[in-house]
Amino acid sequence: MGGWFSEASNWWFLLIAVFIAFSALRVVTATNVVHSALFLVGALAGTAGLFLLLGAQFVAWVLVLVYIGAVIVLFLFGIMITRAPTGPKVEVDNPRRGFAATAAILTFAVMVYSSVSAFGHMEVTTVGTGTATDLIGSQLMGRFVLPFEAVSFVLLAALVGGVTLARKDTARDETDEGGTA
Amino acid sequence: MSLVQFLVLGAFMFSLGVYGLLVRRNAVMVLLAIELMLNAVNLNLIAFEAALRTTFAGGQIFAIFAITVAAAEVGIGLAIVLLIFRNRRSVNVDELDVMRW
Repeated sequence: MGGWFSEASNWWFLLIAVFIAFSALRVVTATNVVHSALFLVGALAGTAGLFLLLGAQFVAWVLVLVYIGAVIVLFLFGIMITRAPTGPKVEVDNPRRGFAATAAILTFAVMVYSSVSAFGHMEVTTVGTGTATDLIGSQLMGRFVLPFEAVSFVLLAALVGGVTLARKDTARDETDEGGTA
Repeated sequence: MSLVQFLVLGAFMFSLGVYGLLVRRNAVMVLLAIELMLNAVNLNLIAFEAALRTTFAGGQIFAIFAITVAAAEVGIGLAIVLLIFRNRRSVNVDELDVMRW
């Protein structure tokens, strides 16, 4: 590990990694749902930074656009609509923290052990060796055209399903007038 | 740069997602934890792509697929949460015991 700090990109990695780790920790420990969602923005932005460091510029900006731009806004809408309790006294966690922490630590231990023992010798190539976006485009329309179409179908199905689930069922509401719902 | 440092960071993010998934009561916060786990997977895909540098950029393309599926998942998930809230005035997962026994 002696030469680890002599590489400039490792300093960038360390900076972003600490930021991601802190944000991710706050996502699952914050007591306010809105804070939790905003810390997720931090974790995602840090990940996009690492993608840039790894030469995946296109995916980094897709992450920023789709996740930070759209998914987080969707989450904030969900939080507002469900009127999630945000007061300081609200218990947002269930009482089985010890069990959950044990499961998480064991998952972490297994994953670190297996990745260190299997991939400990591998190196990544960084900035300056980025993938050209035209390669991604031509591969999406060439070798990966079938999964690409499948994913587009999944998106369409999710869109229709989301609209169907979330729209008000007017026929049923009229018959249930004054019910317990 | 070593590949393992990215894998360990991804494993850390994934484990925090597991913790949040198990410990949160609010369904929206459970979905936030799931996003954290999906993001850790994307980091792994990009890191492996940077290590292997396949001629067809497989890691990056699968990261794009994962991002797409995550967007679909969050749309459906929030629609279901909204429906549950409309029916039961609560999105706490430990109060949803209609299908128990």
